[in-house]
Amino acid sequence: MLAWTIYISFLGAAGLLLLPRGSVGAARVLALLTAIAGFAITLTVFVQHRTGEMLTITRVPWLPSLGIEYHLAADGISLTLLLLTGIIAITSILFSWDIEDRAKEFLALFLLLIGAVYGVFLSYDLFLLFVFYEIVIIPKYFLIAIWGSTRREYGAMKLVLYSFAGSAMVLIGLIAAYVAAGARSTSLGDLAGFPFSLHFQMAAFPLVFVGFAVLAGMWPLHTWAPTGHVAAPTAASMLLAGVVMKLGAYGCLRVAMTLFPLGLGPWGFHVLGLGSWRDVFALLAVIGILYGGLVALVQKDFKFVIGYSSVSHMGFILLGLMTLNQLGLSGAVLQMFSHGILAGLLFAVVGRMVYARTHTRDLAVLGAMDLNKAIPFAAVTFVIAGMASMGLPGFSGFWAELMVLVGVWRAYPTFAVCVGFGIVVGVAYIWRAMQKAFFAEAGTGSATPGPPLPPITIPERVGAMVLIGASVLVGLYPQILLNVIQPALNSPLFEGLRKGSWQ
Amino acid sequence: MIAFPWITLLTTVPIVGALVLLVLGGRNKNLARWSALAFSFVALVLTLILWRHFDPASGSLQFQERHAWISPLGVEYRVGIDGLGLLMLLLSSIVVPIGMVASWQIEERVPLYYSLILILQACLFGTFTALNFFHWFIFWELSLIPAFFLIRLWGGPRRASASTQFLIYTMVGSITLLLAFIAIFLATKKFDFIDLAALAQNGQLMPAVIGKLAWHRFTPQHVALVLFAGAFLGFAVKVPIFPFHTWLPSAYCEAPTGTTILLTGAMSKMGVYGFLRILLPIFGAQMQLVLTPLLWMAVATIVLSAYAALAQKDLKRIFAYSSINHLGYCLLGIFAVVKFTGGDTALIAEKYAAMNGVFLQMFNHALTASTLFWFVAMLEKRSGGLRGLDDFGGLRKVAPVFTGLMGIALFSTLGLPGLNGFIGEFLIFKGSFPLATWATSFSVLGLLATAIFILGILQRVFSGPLNERWAGLPDLTAGERLALAPAIILMFVLGLYPQAVLGAINNTVMQAVQHLQF
Repeated sequence: MLAWTIYISFLGAAGLLLLPRGSVGAARVLALLTAIAGFAITLTVFVQHRTGEMLTITRVPWLPSLGIEYHLAADGISLTLLLLTGIIAITSILFSWDIEDRAKEFLALFLLLIGAVYGVFLSYDLFLLFVFYEIVIIPKYFLIAIWGSTRREYGAMKLVLYSFAGSAMVLIGLIAAYVAAGARSTSLGDLAGFPFSLHFQMAAFPLVFVGFAVLAGMWPLHTWAPTGHVAAPTAASMLLAGVVMKLGAYGCLRVAMTLFPLGLGPWGFHVLGLGSWRDVFALLAVIGILYGGLVALVQKDFKFVIGYSSVSHMGFILLGLMTLNQLGLSGAVLQMFSHGILAGLLFAVVGRMVYARTHTRDLAVLGAMDLNKAIPFAAVTFVIAGMASMGLPGFSGFWAELMVLVGVWRAYPTFAVCVGFGIVVGVAYIWRAMQKAFFAEAGTGSATPGPPLPPITIPERVGAMVLIGASVLVGLYPQILLNVIQPALNSPLFEGLRKGSWQ
Repeated sequence: MIAFPWITLLTTVPIVGALVLLVLGGRNKNLARWSALAFSFVALVLTLILWRHFDPASGSLQFQERHAWISPLGVEYRVGIDGLGLLMLLLSSIVVPIGMVASWQIEERVPLYYSLILILQACLFGTFTALNFFHWFIFWELSLIPAFFLIRLWGGPRRASASTQFLIYTMVGSITLLLAFIAIFLATKKFDFIDLAALAQNGQLMPAVIGKLAWHRFTPQHVALVLFAGAFLGFAVKVPIFPFHTWLPSAYCEAPTGTTILLTGAMSKMGVYGFLRILLPIFGAQMQLVLTPLLWMAVATIVLSAYAALAQKDLKRIFAYSSINHLGYCLLGIFAVVKFTGGDTALIAEKYAAMNGVFLQMFNHALTASTLFWFVAMLEKRSGGLRGLDDFGGLRKVAPVFTGLMGIALFSTLGLPGLNGFIGEFLIFKGSFPLATWATSFSVLGLLATAIFILGILQRVFSGPLNERWAGLPDLTAGERLALAPAIILMFVLGLYPQAVLGAINNTVMQAVQHLQF
């Protein structure tokens, strides 16, 4: 049944293109219904399938001579991310209700992107996974290049080049593994069970990991993220930051780490105090957390603040992966969900509620508009989203960051202190942006009062409520997701990792 | 028997109130004010019911509720109160209505203002009743948000920097506190305050932490001290203790006066409560190791803040520093109790006295400081926002009732026998002197400075020649007198019959002190 999330999204995209010219309203409704259907399917399966173990959905031969199958399967980790995709899909369509210019094409590309994302999360065959992974890139480019804003061609091109470079690394690594394993199967389970030699794993692990980590915004390969997010239209930046970056993190965990668990082990020597790829990537993740936060602290453009905050938060995910313990890994998956929801919400406030009304993102200009009185709903939403993003208890971000932090305490106590500092920086940049954008003193009175801003519409309100609700629900009862994430991490697929330094 | 969930109900009432105000808060300002006050009265009544059913003979936790929440992380929904918790609930329920009444003149976005106050009250109740670190931490952190916005949106001219400074300071403290507790959780798999305190009392806590956390090249002693320092910072900022107090004067001064009442009356107690509920039982051994610097920090807090108050010209700033000074006495008492005295029973009576004093002082300070800031609010209302020490003069002639009642509150701050301020400070000094003689002796300097600035206020504001500008200053209205009456009466009642409070807390104090074994 879950496979229908992919098909229904693709069908929806095709249906949109068949609609007669000019039927914008119908296009929006159709897109929304498609997204809701996808989410409903995921939710049904999520409710029925409580154990979180790997559940095969479809398995038919595709290219039997190469051992490639059309094999879809889902476990607790995929389910969590599918839920995230569904929520973000629904809300970002709600937040793009105002798009008039070629709305049909916009929504069709958007659904295509969603379908491909569902595909990545559901693929159990690595070749299939890679196909969906590549499909994701195409609609991304057009969404930004056609409907984007500031320097959109540059942003779109940069994003595509980075993505392709990452994919190339992944592809080389995967082909090498496929060949080394005897070229019999591309199934994830088969390859993960194959005993690759230590040397091979040491070489292949960083290649595949970095290839995926590019999309996850790992420092110093993150630079596509802020520019891309800023250039993208609101719905696309919600989806980019909310879901597409998670594709990278998901690939790191699902592919790189399960295929080459020995690649995480010690080299046997130390360079600058680093003794393994694991140490290297953990350090890069910590640098990403701090660097992203500090850069966000000095931005003048409201959207860049959120763009860099994504880099910082993605660092938590990568760091959580590198802890290699149960808490850190589940925290990382939880953070994927949490950051997806919150980044979506923050981009919705900045891109849709504020920028679409004021046509500026300059914090200094916004400050003079006294936005907390002009659009109080946006101000309140941003405050709540900001509280959640800085990891206040009661919101999803708290548990995710906390679990990562606990995992890091165990694996790298020194880094835990750095991360603690990173959290303080996180408080500071959100608070600074909030003060400057919404609560600056209009004071001087020199700013001429412009025409009143249009009020916040119903779709925006609903979208914001859905996202806040999701974050609070997980914040108050993280068990909902942890109950399926933790069994998934204990499944045979991750056995290689567990043998390492699992605690 | 499944007991009625009184505490959960108590915490829910203000939240419901806040939601009602937010949703229904239309244009009618008076309706918002009165309904907020009504909700806070419901909370007060519930607290009084708790007090009525509280069994003072048992010093242990009562009205407990315990439910599984997030079991893999050791998180439970566990609430309960002992004498300390009850006292804290009482003082929050008294302070919040005072803050509301003192905010009556706020005209902008009234429903939002009052719903933020109600949220703050819910956070206070949550903090004072939660017994699991996480449950507690949610409320501890969440309380910052309403406080921040109350200062940010309704504050004085320099509210932007004051509110940010307040937020950043407390947030840094909270994060070090969180890190320390994560480390403890890693070692013990427990977040429960009561379990952790039991472990610490058996002497098993720190060995477990040290065994599980192999921290590079740190000796066990140091690991324990680092964790203590992390937790200490969180509470030290909140109380605050010198030198972590610098956020306080500007925050108190810029906040609207009604909010200042909440900050000083209730929120500062969250810090002291943390010392009593968390630091003392769990980190008692570490506190003892660094007792000397701690004592001197308390002395510095007491003396320096009193002298700082002497130098101020703004009534709100004077009372802000005086608040730091009064909470300094609480810390002096707490630290003195930690002192190692050799045998099991040596000086135990002094420890009881000091600890009882600390509890009383918290309650009294909440009452007195709130009332004083309330008077400032009423003065501001009459003077159009002026509150400088030199802006007035001779008010006694035009507003005799105002002068008289505020004089009572001022003398209570000073610690005049017969009024509530006296007994707490007296017990602290009586208990601390044999335990920490030098520190206590130096602290007396603070009393001296307090006397000087209190008398200064009386002289420069109320006596002397009448400042002609205020010839038409109205005295207290009948409504104001009526509203003030309970607070003033309570000052006398507690001054003359402190047993009313001591009876409820005495057994808790004895248990707390007996559990301090090193």
